[in-house]
Amino acid sequence: MAKFKGAVVVNTERCKGCELCVEACPSHVLGMSDQVNSKGYHYSEMKHEDDCIGCAACGYVCPDACITVYKITI
Amino acid sequence: MTTKDIINPANLVYGKTKLLTENPMHYCPGCSHGVVHKLIAEVIEEMNIQDKIIGVAPVGCAVFAYNYIDIDWQEAAHGRAPALATAIKRLQPDKYVFTYQGDGDLAAIGTAETIHACNRGENIAIFFINNAIYGMTGGQMAPTTLEGMKTATCPYGRNTELNGFPLKISNLLAELDGTCYVTRQSVQKMASIVRAKKAIRKALQNSIEGKGTSIVEFVSTCNSGWKMSPHQSNKWMEENMFPKYPLGDLKDTETVHKGAK
Amino acid sequence: MEDFKLMKGNEAIAHAAVRCGADGYFGYPITPQSEVMETLMELKPWETTGMVVLQAESEVAAINMVYGGAGCGKKVMTSSSSPGMSLKQEGISYIACAELPCLIVNVMRGGPGLGTIQPSQADYFQAVKGGGHGDYRLIVLAPSTVQEMADFVGLGFDLAFKYQNPAMILADGIVGQMMEKVVLPPFKRRRTEDEVRQECPWGTTGKLPNRKRNIITSLALEAEVMENINLKLQAKYRDIEKNEVRFEAHQCEDADYILVAFGSIARICEKAMEAARQEGLKVGVLRPITLFPFPTEEIKQLTKKVKGFLTVEMSAGQMVEDVRLAVNGAVPVEFYGRMGGVIPSAEEILAVLKEKLIK
Repeated sequence: MAKFKGAVVVNTERCKGCELCVEACPSHVLGMSDQVNSKGYHYSEMKHEDDCIGCAACGYVCPDACITVYKITI
Repeated sequence: MTTKDIINPANLVYGKTKLLTENPMHYCPGCSHGVVHKLIAEVIEEMNIQDKIIGVAPVGCAVFAYNYIDIDWQEAAHGRAPALATAIKRLQPDKYVFTYQGDGDLAAIGTAETIHACNRGENIAIFFINNAIYGMTGGQMAPTTLEGMKTATCPYGRNTELNGFPLKISNLLAELDGTCYVTRQSVQKMASIVRAKKAIRKALQNSIEGKGTSIVEFVSTCNSGWKMSPHQSNKWMEENMFPKYPLGDLKDTETVHKGAK
Repeated sequence: MEDFKLMKGNEAIAHAAVRCGADGYFGYPITPQSEVMETLMELKPWETTGMVVLQAESEVAAINMVYGGAGCGKKVMTSSSSPGMSLKQEGISYIACAELPCLIVNVMRGGPGLGTIQPSQADYFQAVKGGGHGDYRLIVLAPSTVQEMADFVGLGFDLAFKYQNPAMILADGIVGQMMEKVVLPPFKRRRTEDEVRQECPWGTTGKLPNRKRNIITSLALEAEVMENINLKLQAKYRDIEKNEVRFEAHQCEDADYILVAFGSIARICEKAMEAARQEGLKVGVLRPITLFPFPTEEIKQLTKKVKGFLTVEMSAGQMVEDVRLAVNGAVPVEFYGRMGGVIPSAEEILAVLKEKLIK
């Protein structure tokens, strides 16, 4: 059975720190950064990138279309 | 294979559609509006109808929708979007026309325009954001506010004796012969989002096939108005909104007009 | 050989609308103007020219349909009477700010409130001074004959598109309901989609790759931006005032006293003028045709030669204020009016002229 490995890129300036992507990720990859963007929002980032399977749940639930998702088959 | 290797355009699975402009959306963090805007833009891109579609924006938080989705737009007066859409569609029958409205716009001040556009079976799609509150003006009671729910104009909770009952407008509209498709969707989790996107596409497809009026109600959150976090709002919505406004198709019929184009 | 037809003013509006290539009419029944929509429905132009004719659920819905259609660059119109016009004021304000062309017909009846179905001229303020909110103006045409009812449809649309501004035909119930001979305008075909895109590149016709998205809106939250929009509108109104004044003057060259009236009342004033002349009184009639822009300059010129003006209206006195502004205190400006649908007679007018001015 094919396995997937994924990675996501967050547009940190567009992110408003709503944390819905963190909640949506089935593999608990994402978390909020200690850093803030120019608007003062903590943005989300991959905390456990090795666990990302590229399912794009984060991308789907993001209200600001911040997340680009990549995936390969291994 | 490192993360750097995976991040490559060849491996792209999901990204912002180019029909969503670069303008940062002014909605509150976690607001359902953003997700629905995104889905509508994605559907328009996938259907390849950017040059054939006109949207009618409401008065409400989404008053600036025209800054976010790259199509022709008209800004309607509060509640009047279905009247504008009626004319835009009848005068340009080969175009796709949709309205995007909140609960005050569609079910309070705009009730007559909503009902009569649906009753005439106008070949338009109506996208209805129901978050049971008036967000833009600071969190006042809406026709769809739940019993007991606290808002700025019912600070002790909606009292049915004083304020009447939550208005299940989609149920009313499903009763009208002019509507061909009436459905309730949500966008708080991936599976729901996938279904909601299909509903948007179906509504637009119905409109160009001359089948009558389609209404997609998005049962939504307003975490600012509800005074909760986005995560808490999703839970509150699932526990309280869904029982009153159950998801699913209220109506899905064939063409309502004889001899429709 | 001109082809005269005999019909009501309201019917003439409907025929003229089809003949000038209108794309759409949206209306709601109200006395005394329901014949406009009824005639359109009988003509069935959707089968001949493709014109859309739709009975809306209210006057509010109708004006918003006009807004939507106008936003696409289409030639659209609505008609109503006084109480229905009150309902339309919100939509009219939006249309004016969004700089859209359209034609609105008001066949005035007595008010205020639900009023009467008898004729009136008491919506002058509403039409000319702006019944909706904000700083805007309508181009207002006041017909006095069934022929003018027919002619002003094409003229109204032309002015509306020239200035991207709503235009209004402000008719009283008399000219709406009376029957007279009329020569209808020749048929002009509706514009094609390409012609609409060409004439109205700002219209929401679908965003083609060669342009930015078109947004029809009247919202501007930043004060400076909103002020600039208003300055642009004001510049447009100054243009209109300079270029589009229309009036009719009867025997004003040697007049000592001038009756100022619009619409049907001007015709009654002409009868009073003829009677006055029979008695050796030098009386003239000035009939403004455009109420906005008002013939201020013409009145100023006349002020230099006459001893006084009598403004006659079917109201408590609305246009008289604009006459007074133009005269600016140089000579007396008197007023005579009947309300509630009562139509003044020529004899009454002459008697009042003698009593108030020719003492």
